[in-house]
Amino acid sequence: MSLRHGLWQDAWRRLRRNRAALASGVLLIAILCAALLLPLLSPYSYYAPDWDHLIEPPAFRGWHFLGTDALGRDLLVRTLWGCRISLLVGIAASLVTVTIGVLWGTIAGYVGGRVDALMMRSVDVLYSVPFIPFVIVLTVLFGRDLLLIFIAIGAVSWLDIARIVRGQTLALRNREFIEAARVAGVGTPAMILRHLVPNLIGIVIIYATLTIPTVILFEAFLSFLGLGVQSPMTSLGSLVAEGAGRMQSYPHLLLVPAVFLAAIVYAFNYLGDGLRDALDPRDR
Amino acid sequence: MSNTATDTAPLLETRALRVTYGTPAGPVSVVREVDLAIRRSEFLGIVGESGSGKSQLLLALLGLSAPGARLTGSIRYAGTELIGAGDAALNRIRGDRIAMIFQDPMTALNPYLSVGVQISEVLELHRGLARAAALRRAAELLDAVQISDARRRLAQYPHELSGGMRQRVMIAMALACEPEILLADEPTTALDVTVQAQILALLRELRARTGTAVVLVTHDLGIVAELADRIAVMYAGRFVEEAPAETLFAASHHPYTEALKRSIPRIDAPLPERMASIPGNPPNPAELPPGCAFAPRCGFSEARCLGAVPLLRALGPQHRSACWRDAHE
Repeated sequence: MSLRHGLWQDAWRRLRRNRAALASGVLLIAILCAALLLPLLSPYSYYAPDWDHLIEPPAFRGWHFLGTDALGRDLLVRTLWGCRISLLVGIAASLVTVTIGVLWGTIAGYVGGRVDALMMRSVDVLYSVPFIPFVIVLTVLFGRDLLLIFIAIGAVSWLDIARIVRGQTLALRNREFIEAARVAGVGTPAMILRHLVPNLIGIVIIYATLTIPTVILFEAFLSFLGLGVQSPMTSLGSLVAEGAGRMQSYPHLLLVPAVFLAAIVYAFNYLGDGLRDALDPRDR
Repeated sequence: MSNTATDTAPLLETRALRVTYGTPAGPVSVVREVDLAIRRSEFLGIVGESGSGKSQLLLALLGLSAPGARLTGSIRYAGTELIGAGDAALNRIRGDRIAMIFQDPMTALNPYLSVGVQISEVLELHRGLARAAALRRAAELLDAVQISDARRRLAQYPHELSGGMRQRVMIAMALACEPEILLADEPTTALDVTVQAQILALLRELRARTGTAVVLVTHDLGIVAELADRIAVMYAGRFVEEAPAETLFAASHHPYTEALKRSIPRIDAPLPERMASIPGNPPNPAELPPGCAFAPRCGFSEARCLGAVPLLRALGPQHRSACWRDAHE
């Protein structure tokens, strides 16, 4: 015998009824599949120039559907590669952020006392580390690496969520159902994972969906400074930055990656909103 | 039944239990010198006003006093001292051998977990059951607390149930591991009167069927009068009188118990112009008088009542009272 619907099955049932969230989910999956598959099928690569087609606008006659850039590289292929990198950075860094932040915050808030003081003071210390010098030091130590970007972004952005989650945990800790669980003999790890975290899901998901676009834009900023993805590899952020420089003569260089970026950010926001509603059992 | 119960050794026994909190104004004791003995399958009622320390007493028994509490004296369960025992040791007892239900079933269930998950958690934790087996047992437990359509209820969330239903779920959770002692902290206060009666009847029936000892804490003397074998009256953190239920109602000694009894409205007497009440206010545990805590509100108080705290004295078999009036010798 099993429960016909646990938290996740219930959430899925409710999410399916939310059109906007469902459409966003489908769109994200479509972009992800396209980013993974299309570059393999295309005759063009993200780095090889096509000397016969330098800086062409989108055209449906030839094979460069969305045009080419100043070096004759296919913009569609480059944009899809950019989506790959940006989605990877966005999702991976957000997962790191949320996992560390939620665990740090719940442990500090639930255990309390000296543990709390120690954990939150170390958050304060990390807050005061200036970000750009920190990334530069990391690059010097470990070389340029995509993994490094995750670590750098993850290392700073979990601080906010840890603080928020700790505050929520303090409020939850004194609720009667937590006391009831203690009376039932639930130990600290199970208390945090099974009783506190589900109650924090609303705020965590909202925060995660806000983090993904922030991280994508952050990555663009790092790439712009030469600390992130290196040419000829690209990301949505660097494509937008390149395109912005030529937007008066060749608007498609900006528009194409910008539309993808906006679609991804929008879709994550709607999906996050829908997930938050779907995961609250009181909201039917 | 009271005879066989008294012959056996207590399951849980406290000696001179005192719970003290440090406050900016100095230490404040909310439970003072409580000697409590809970015997197998007995129904003990603890009665007192708000702030008399009755909930603090229950929490202290399970090692759940708020952080900063200092416990002195002794709490022995099955030969083990519980004061100073670690969380791991206490967690083996809590929910398994000693369970507790709360005043407000609206807030005592986790809103994010279905009823089935919450009940089976206890079974997984203490009985090592797998989820499927735990759920089967949870359905049986819901049947036992008279929730109809138990299998469907397992998948529901607390907000989909009524208050009485939730309290039944709490009771099912508490009984999941067949505990020896069930602590009930005003389990009916938040419920409608008709539901109250049903829940109390359920507690009585379950006690009779499973042999679980029940400790019912309440401010309503009427509730324990019907259910309890033995009643302890608590005032300002101390037990002031303790007696079998019949004795307490027939021949109580302590002026506070008398006053409590007088303040119950009677259905068979003409309604008085004003409801009887006890003059004065319940004492602040931070500013207790040096003598008997009830003396300032007591009609019989004398000089010695203000000087020293009266101790519990035996007045008969199982009947103890703490009043200077009874100290004739």
